Amino acid sequence: MTVARIAVTIAVAVALQTTLLPYLVGNWSGIDLVLVAVIYVAMMTGPVPALVSGALGGIVQDALSGGLIGVGGVAKTLVGFSVAMLSAQVIVVPALPRFVVFFLSTLVHGFVFLGLYSMLESYNPNTGIGPVFGQSLGNGVAGVVLFELTKVLPRLGALRLRGFNSGRVKPRMEW
Amino acid sequence: MLDSHRRTGYILFAVLVAQVILISFQVRSERGVPVIESVTFGVFSEIQRAASGLATGVRDNWGRYVSLRNVTEENASLKQRIADLEVNLQEARALAWRSESLQAILDYKRAVPLPTLGAEVIAGDATPWFRTLTINRGTTDGLRAGLAVLAPSGVVGRLVGRLGLNAAKVQLLGDRNAAAGAMIERSRAAGIVSGGSGDPPLRLDYVSNQADVQVGDRVVTSGSEGIYPKGFLIGLVESVGLGTGRYQDSGLYQNIGVRPEVDFDALEDVLVVTVRRATDVRLGETQ
Repeated sequence: MTVARIAVTIAVAVALQTTLLPYLVGNWSGIDLVLVAVIYVAMMTGPVPALVSGALGGIVQDALSGGLIGVGGVAKTLVGFSVAMLSAQVIVVPALPRFVVFFLSTLVHGFVFLGLYSMLESYNPNTGIGPVFGQSLGNGVAGVVLFELTKVLPRLGALRLRGFNSGRVKPRMEW
Repeated sequence: MLDSHRRTGYILFAVLVAQVILISFQVRSERGVPVIESVTFGVFSEIQRAASGLATGVRDNWGRYVSLRNVTEENASLKQRIADLEVNLQEARALAWRSESLQAILDYKRAVPLPTLGAEVIAGDATPWFRTLTINRGTTDGLRAGLAVLAPSGVVGRLVGRLGLNAAKVQLLGDRNAAAGAMIERSRAAGIVSGGSGDPPLRLDYVSNQADVQVGDRVVTSGSEGIYPKGFLIGLVESVGLGTGRYQDSGLYQNIGVRPEVDFDALEDVLVVTVRRATDVRLGETQ
């Protein structure tokens, strides 16, 4: 159930973004967990799941944020698709390249997002170019952490399952 | 089956277009109309305009093509109509001119204290040797030879020859065989006006060298010949000279040239004095 997995991933990301993150970082907008999730899906799967997750996550974010529904969706769709296409050509496994991918993807997302809004003169998002760089750094760190967590959590789960059950562990998501 | 790359491209395109449409439904243009509506209207209005222009062009061209089949006949008809209108215009102008002329002669008739009959000039000089014209009145109207003919501007001449039932010949005062008793209105110096071929076409003879005659003096009829009523304007003195006594000049009379007030070449309507021995008119009364 690829779509279901995408939906769950995005739902979790949105939930964390809207509930947990404010408790951790307050009103700082330096991390976009939905975008991190989209990039993660793109790096781990293929273009279609990436653009679908980008569209879905962006639309949900737009709907929740009170902005124009579709602007964030377009930006995340393009970013997800681009990252997926890039990941199919280049092996991005070490932490630094992943950071760079998250960093640059967030920059592209920010430019596309602000670019679209700049064409709609009567709609001004409460951000500018400067916060985009900070968000890129935050997303880069969050992305690297996410990947590390995905490596650690299954092992933890496997250890726990091994102690209680058969110990079947699925090393990575399959789309 | 579509390959994966092409399918991915289609999906990406579809997702993006769907979101753009979604955005368009929410965004309002400067005029307050949703962008999707504005764009749709703009696109379809252009299509409608193009289609309308195309249809209009086809219709116009077809109409021109069909019209060309009748354009020759229409052109000929219009030319004929223009010609008819030009003739009508000329007729209208002629009528207007005629009306003015008749009005003038009518006013003159009322001013002249003599029994007169209006007549229309129907023909001009028959030969260059005589200055005559023909009017449309004759014996039927009670006319006879010797009656004076006048115009609003002055004396014209007299009826001569055999008159027709409805036509009569007028000998103009400018004819070399015509003459009339005349006098200088200002000084009362009398003489005889006769026609000639010189310039001015009239001369006033038999005016004494002692008489007071000046250029510009008005020359009027004296009535001495029993044809023209007294006091009607003949013309103005244009040249004055004392007699030299040489050749046929006796030296007793002045050589006086008179410019007639009547334009003999432009006469259209005249008045015929229907009495031979008319009552004199007081000088200046009719002019």
